[in-house]
Amino acid sequence: MTLARGGPRAAASPPPLGLPGLDPAWSRLVDSTDALTGSSVTWHLLDTGAALEALGATPVGTIVAVHGNPTWSYLWRRLAAETLRRAGEGGPAWRVIAPDQLEMGFSERTGATRRLADRVRDIGALTDVLDLDGPVVALGHDWGGVVAMGWAVDHPGQLSALTLLNTAIHQPEGSPIPAPLRLALAPGVLSTASTVTPAFLDTTLALGHPVLTAGIKRAYRAPYLHRDRRAGIAGFVADIPATASHWSAVELDRIAEGIRHLGVPSLLQWGPEDPIFSDRYLDDLIDRMPHSDVHRYEGAGHLIAEDVDYAGALLDWLDARRETPAPASAVTGAGAGAAGSARRPLWSNLDALSASAETALVELAPPSGSEPRTISWSLLSRRVRELASGLAAAGVGAGDRVSLLVPPGADLTAALYACLRIGAVVVVADAGLGIRGLTRAVRGAHPDVVIGAAQGLAAARALGWPGRRISTTRLGPAQRAVLGVTTSLPDLARRGAASELPPEPSADAVAAVLFTSGSTGPAKGVVYTHAQLEALRDLLATQYGVGVGTGLVAGFAPFALLGPALGARTATPDMDVSAPRTLTAEAVAAAVAAVQGRVVFLSPAAIANVVATADGLADDDRAALSGVELVLSAGAPVSVELLDGITALMPGATAHTPYGMTEGLLMTDITLDGIRAAGSASAVPTRDAEITAGGVCVGRPAPGVSVLIAPLDADGAATGLPAAAAGVTGEVVVSAPHLKQGYDQLWLTDEAAVRDTAELSPSRGGDARWHRTGDVGHLDADGRLWIEGRLPHVVVTADGVVTPVGPEQRIGAVAGVARVGIAGVGPRGTQQVIAIVETVPAARRPGLAAPELAAAARSAAGVPLAAVLVVPRLPTDIRHNSKIDRARLSRWAERVLAGGRMSAP
Amino acid sequence: MKVLVTGASGLLGGAVAAAIASAGHDVRTFQRRPARIPGTVDVLGSVTDRTAVDAALAGTDAVVHLAAKVSLAGDPAEFEAVNVGGTRDLIGSARAHGVRRLVFVSSPSVAHTGESIVGLGADPADPSTARGEYARTKAVAERLALAADSDSLHVVAVRPHLVWGPGDTQLVARIVERARTGRLPTLGSGAALIDTTYIDNAASAIAAALERVDAIHGNSYVVTNGEPRPVAEMLAGICRAAGVRPPRWHVPARVARAAGGAVEAVWRVRPGEDEPPMTRFLAEQLSTAHWFDQRATRRDLQWTPAVSLDEGLARLAISYR
Repeated sequence: MTLARGGPRAAASPPPLGLPGLDPAWSRLVDSTDALTGSSVTWHLLDTGAALEALGATPVGTIVAVHGNPTWSYLWRRLAAETLRRAGEGGPAWRVIAPDQLEMGFSERTGATRRLADRVRDIGALTDVLDLDGPVVALGHDWGGVVAMGWAVDHPGQLSALTLLNTAIHQPEGSPIPAPLRLALAPGVLSTASTVTPAFLDTTLALGHPVLTAGIKRAYRAPYLHRDRRAGIAGFVADIPATASHWSAVELDRIAEGIRHLGVPSLLQWGPEDPIFSDRYLDDLIDRMPHSDVHRYEGAGHLIAEDVDYAGALLDWLDARRETPAPASAVTGAGAGAAGSARRPLWSNLDALSASAETALVELAPPSGSEPRTISWSLLSRRVRELASGLAAAGVGAGDRVSLLVPPGADLTAALYACLRIGAVVVVADAGLGIRGLTRAVRGAHPDVVIGAAQGLAAARALGWPGRRISTTRLGPAQRAVLGVTTSLPDLARRGAASELPPEPSADAVAAVLFTSGSTGPAKGVVYTHAQLEALRDLLATQYGVGVGTGLVAGFAPFALLGPALGARTATPDMDVSAPRTLTAEAVAAAVAAVQGRVVFLSPAAIANVVATADGLADDDRAALSGVELVLSAGAPVSVELLDGITALMPGATAHTPYGMTEGLLMTDITLDGIRAAGSASAVPTRDAEITAGGVCVGRPAPGVSVLIAPLDADGAATGLPAAAAGVTGEVVVSAPHLKQGYDQLWLTDEAAVRDTAELSPSRGGDARWHRTGDVGHLDADGRLWIEGRLPHVVVTADGVVTPVGPEQRIGAVAGVARVGIAGVGPRGTQQVIAIVETVPAARRPGLAAPELAAAARSAAGVPLAAVLVVPRLPTDIRHNSKIDRARLSRWAERVLAGGRMSAP
Repeated sequence: MKVLVTGASGLLGGAVAAAIASAGHDVRTFQRRPARIPGTVDVLGSVTDRTAVDAALAGTDAVVHLAAKVSLAGDPAEFEAVNVGGTRDLIGSARAHGVRRLVFVSSPSVAHTGESIVGLGADPADPSTARGEYARTKAVAERLALAADSDSLHVVAVRPHLVWGPGDTQLVARIVERARTGRLPTLGSGAALIDTTYIDNAASAIAAALERVDAIHGNSYVVTNGEPRPVAEMLAGICRAAGVRPPRWHVPARVARAAGGAVEAVWRVRPGEDEPPMTRFLAEQLSTAHWFDQRATRRDLQWTPAVSLDEGLARLAISYR
């Protein structure tokens, strides 16, 4: 390739006036020495220095923001505006310097062709001329990210943080560069597409989510209206080192290596809907800078700077860094070592019982066949050891992410413990998310390895999920080729039998990423360390008396997986795990009989069907069930009637129902008797009006758990300082040793979940982690927690805040009412409360409730109701079919009560 | 305080005059026929007669202006003369006589475009979007009144929404009469939320506005019970209180609006003394939500409704017994 393709010369100039969001006062023309020619060259750049001075604000530092191709400094206008807004309100004043790269935007067209190394030196020459005071935050997008990284590597003394939007620093060997760029680089296409036609520019501008307004598109095109001015775009594309022999490959490799050793905090903000800089480049950046804070915005794309409030997030992050100037290495190491007592890893029972012929697992209906399968501790232990060694020998190492698309059972259990043992991070996403939710979850978690049964791998293949693929069984060559499978668990086990186990992961290493149900929004990955999972195991052991040799029937997948960690003899009943409603009483009895089960864990939907199918039980089934001492309903609240029903089947059992969430699986616990006692307690009149808010009593905190309430303000926001005062309604805030480490690649969500908790006096030691649950409730005088609903479902009326569960319960007690959902309509602060009722018998169509029902509901509700509506069926979550979708009800009620058509919700 | 109340022969005007008188003020009422409100003095005359208005206003400190032509249909010139001309003359006269306070009683329809109103406050009156002659002329008049607000004349506009109660010949009597003869359908699903104002609450709010006008002048306030109900439920409640069967047949809202438009067109060509059975305005009123944010009203007027919807319906039922 020739270097003489830079195009005609043109002087730098300020941008035209009237571009939306761009203040002409920010524009400056600055001369520096051209790194390429040694002569003077003129830049156009945005600089908020003068504006800050006018505000009387002293900068705390400078953000040097480098745009990519084919944009210009217009990309950073919102950052300039937001920094000035915050400085004007007395916040920290960050000066923004956003140059148009040479040959780009409104900077000079010198006619030269610039390579990456030139561009890195160019920006350095500019920052030298500007003589920046204080710390510098490097910020870059697209190929400007590479230049920003290069500047960062070359200016360690000034650099205080590296922050990036969608970009890339490394093109993995043998992996094709993104198709749109491959096309742009094809001979002949480059010059025509980039300079002759503005197609490359138009393609980029079409990537906004939502689409850019015409005015903003015009502004992006403003510097590139004529062919002469577009030469820089082509030069930039040609400078992409698509191959190792490319002229810029050396510089790229230098920067790629250099960022591993920056030693400053970094923030990666990412739009996953990017056809060019896909998630694998994010994954690569995290590999190089593992301490990075990451926020991946679902739905945002390449033009993330247009799609989301990246500027607010960036400044919040910088504020957080200033408040806690922790060295970068402390971010991951924070934590949670099992101080004092000796640590017992999750696989310790597998080691201790490695010679035991006792039963570890019983699968009543194994995927491989119809006969029940029994696995001894020695077999399970050996299998885990072989798989662990085999995975390690196959190159799966500590920190690698492994997605397990394996149905619950012995294969899953063995693979799970093998991964934990070698320090691989297990990614667990529930099929209950639905295929779209699952795909989003798996893509977001970016697994290095996918272990799956043929069905799961076929889905992975069809949906383009990332990662090396390992099958649970040996597959024929044709199927292996189709599914892209490299090896199988049996092959790995054989290979592992002859090789050594790698060292154990440390207690504060990440162990697992569990995905939330998605019933309360898009599924989020929740990160757990080994120490946190170990704490969960220990808590389950204490709370429910499960230990070595306990017979455990696990009809609820998450707890089934912990069976071997607890040392329990675990039976999985015959059921379709993706449809817990299919579990029968007979199947539970068979599982109990198989392991002399003392403890039974079930999901609420499973309990409903078990109670409903109790008539099918034979005498010896009933005898087996009578030996059960504890039955647990986990996952969602369950009615007293159902708990009564299940204890009628298991007369020797105490029924427990815990309160928890994916972020902390067991926070409080209550027994059926406790619920009854709470019910009679709540019937006692109390002077404290707040207590009459009602709610579901979920019991007292489990050992080691702290529960506080962040009071709601008049707008229904949980702005109060979390405290343990009884009778105050607010957001439930919890702390426990087994609480999550954080969210996966959701820095903003992480911050929101720990908002205002840094100052809370920790109940234990100095390392307490807190979590804002998003649930609303109160503590009573006996220390019991009552859940009153979800924070977004709180109705804010002119007379105050109404939490939904209390009115729902009171209306639910009206004759003829099956279920109730409370919704709010109208503007927050003057909302009206609406009750939507499912009746017995069910209404045939949605509409206004009959006058008698409306009157009864109104007198029961305890709050003024503007309307009472009936529907044939209330909308509920897919997974549990028990959580009423109040957000959807509110949207529906808003529509029909404004005069819209009376459709079904 | 010497107060002139115009339009006191109407249900609301009479209640307002009584409420202000019982607060200890010296009340004169002004209307074409005797209002005979205990504790007040009748002055007879029309707001379209400037001389009569001058005579009535002389020597008063404040005026509460309710007199208006209220109807779903009629001669536009008459709406203009009474609602706009009458208000303009009243303001001119008040200024001439050094009256210090004016409470202009308006209607939420002055800011209603025909779309649903869901928890909004008092938007500015806009004659260009108001629906029908009444709303349009009241919008013009409210703007005249608020434009006259000054240091020497404090003006506040109060907009009670759908006032009803015992003795009401406007809303309640029409609903009951139509229901009795089977001419009252439910439009659409009947679920649209509407907020209404029991007569005593409307009166006490206007009386409160008079007391508070020096602190809150220049503003408009919508007044309601703050208890929105689905329109079908509200109509049924009034029917039951009056002892007639609630509507049992439905007309799709779109059909009713179209029918209302057609009927209006016919009435325009062949104007009669009677009112059209359905107008587009009425169809809109009965099939879209209109309820309001009452926070500013209650805060600024330092007022809350004393009679709840249920209590109001009970009193209505007694009046029909």
